[in-house]
Amino acid sequence: MGNILEMRGVCKSFGEVQSLSDIDFRVCENEIVGLLGDNGAGKSTLIKIITGYHRPDRGEIHFHGRKVENLTVPKARALGVETVYQERALADLQTLWRNIFLGRELCNRAGFLDVSKMKRETHRLMVEAMEYTSSAVNPDAVIKTFSGGEKQGVAITRALYFHAELVILDEPTMGLSLQETRKLIDFVRGIKSAGKSAIFIDHNVFHVYSVADRVVVLDRGRVAGEFLTRDITLDDLMEKMYRVAQTGSLD
Amino acid sequence: MTAGVETPRQGSTDRLWTARIAQHVRKNGLQYGIIGVLFGLWLLFIAGAPNTFLKPDIYRALMTSVPYWGVIALPLTMVIIAGDIDLSFISIMAVGMVAFWQVYEWTGSLGVAFVGCLTVGFLVGLLNGIIIVRLGIPALIATIGTQFFWRGVVEVIRGGQGESLVLTKGTILRDSLVGKINGYFPAQVIWMVLIGIAVWMLLNRHKFGAHVYLIGDNENSARLMGVNVERTRMLLFALVGLAAAFGGIIQSVDVWYFWPNLGEGYLMNTLAAVFLGGTSVFGGTGTILGTFVGCFIIGAIQPGIIAIGLTGYWTKLIYGLIITVSVAMHTILRKRIS
Ligand SMILES: Nc1ncnc2c1ncn2[C@@H]1O[C@H](COP(=O)(O)OP(=O)(O)O)[C@@H](O)[C@H]1O
Ligand SMILES: [Mg+2]
Repeated sequence: MGNILEMRGVCKSFGEVQSLSDIDFRVCENEIVGLLGDNGAGKSTLIKIITGYHRPDRGEIHFHGRKVENLTVPKARALGVETVYQERALADLQTLWRNIFLGRELCNRAGFLDVSKMKRETHRLMVEAMEYTSSAVNPDAVIKTFSGGEKQGVAITRALYFHAELVILDEPTMGLSLQETRKLIDFVRGIKSAGKSAIFIDHNVFHVYSVADRVVVLDRGRVAGEFLTRDITLDDLMEKMYRVAQTGSLD
Repeated sequence: MTAGVETPRQGSTDRLWTARIAQHVRKNGLQYGIIGVLFGLWLLFIAGAPNTFLKPDIYRALMTSVPYWGVIALPLTMVIIAGDIDLSFISIMAVGMVAFWQVYEWTGSLGVAFVGCLTVGFLVGLLNGIIIVRLGIPALIATIGTQFFWRGVVEVIRGGQGESLVLTKGTILRDSLVGKINGYFPAQVIWMVLIGIAVWMLLNRHKFGAHVYLIGDNENSARLMGVNVERTRMLLFALVGLAAAFGGIIQSVDVWYFWPNLGEGYLMNTLAAVFLGGTSVFGGTGTILGTFVGCFIIGAIQPGIIAIGLTGYWTKLIYGLIITVSVAMHTILRKRIS
């Protein structure tokens, strides 16, 4: 299978802090890649380079085998990358429909918004994808009144709408109830069966193990190792994670 | 995950409707509030000074003078929604008129001079935006600086000299900017309405406005989702500059004279109108209708106070009271809503 994304030798530092050094990373077609690592390992920095938010200091990024220069967020979105950020990236004082279409508003050539279509689509999405009762969805509700799980639902629904080739989920289960978490895991499996790819970041090794085809372990800005989940048991993976945390090396 | 859901029980559409109405009031409450304040004040003035407020003259006077700075308050609302501020527009009003006069002297054409005036206003505003966005200087400080700088430029170029604008008498420029429609309506109030509609469209029905709200609400989210924050902010300052030049020429042509201190005295009115209209100083919320109404409230206070027989000394006190009380009300309302 071909790579839909490949990074080679990517480095990124913030002032004195070297967040990523010499990262090689790839995602194949129809593959779910789990990204594991301690707090501050560089997981969010890595995915923000893929989404075009951070510019790498060095290294190359290829989409579908083609090198992309000066990747920006709109460029990455146009290439089929949709993201559920760790910080959720919502606008609290704005309505549900504005949040769904944040930064990607439906508009005509002159830039005027198609408000009624966006409200209709928001309604349809919440009903079809999130399985809400039709009469209960209100696209004009302000996000601030939503619970943490509801907000996460909005961020996920948004990623779903634009038919992404590659969905990135950065700690999406944070703040979710058990039931909501199960729904999320199903959602990630849905990405797989729809033939799309995903990068899944979570603190819970069990969650990652249960959905990922391949797991990449980051440690202090470096790739410490990677495994196909079918080649390793959950216990072994846990054991290796523990060793990385202790010694910085897998073996 | 039940976003946007008010779990309705079977057959309880009534309840759903109540919820929708409650939400409508919540969303538009501030706008109803400001319109209420306008009518309350109006009734108060009619009761206190029927001789003034039941005759057309006072309304003509308001429609004449409020647009001088009201046309600036409208785009300024967008700047404040985006979480920025601009204090330099009062000087840009005068810079625009300096440009107007220079271009007129070079070309002898009022039309070209008018275009030159607006262009310079736009560019000076854009320069504000570039300084603020590219250098990362807080807008409050940067525009205090540019307010002094551009006033200084005007004073140096003009040497304190004004300019008579009697030569605009009977021209298309003057008639279309400040002519009296039907012998009564000052054209500038029509311009203010048109600019209000244009800014409303931009803010509520255009991608640009969607991004303005986002930037003021959560700039980081806007960036993560690919909004061009820098370009949007710079353009906002440019629009205020453009409007300031327009306000400046309306005022000057209407009084037949360009004073080099043009704009001085309008800073507080304009800002007060925006905040009175319910725009949050914290960014992310605000409406054009609120600002529009706010402008006329601010404009009516001074003549109203004098007409009901208080001395002019009361003006500032009552200004201050109304502004402080309504901004406090907005803040409390907003906290209730959340
Ligand atoms: N915008 C930033 N500015 C400065 N330092 C940052 C920034 N983003 C991340 N870092 C630093 O980079 C390192 C990796 O952070 P991050 O990618 O968020 O890790 P993770 O997501 O794995 O917890 C941390 O040391 C963090 O402090
Ligand atoms: Mg992180």
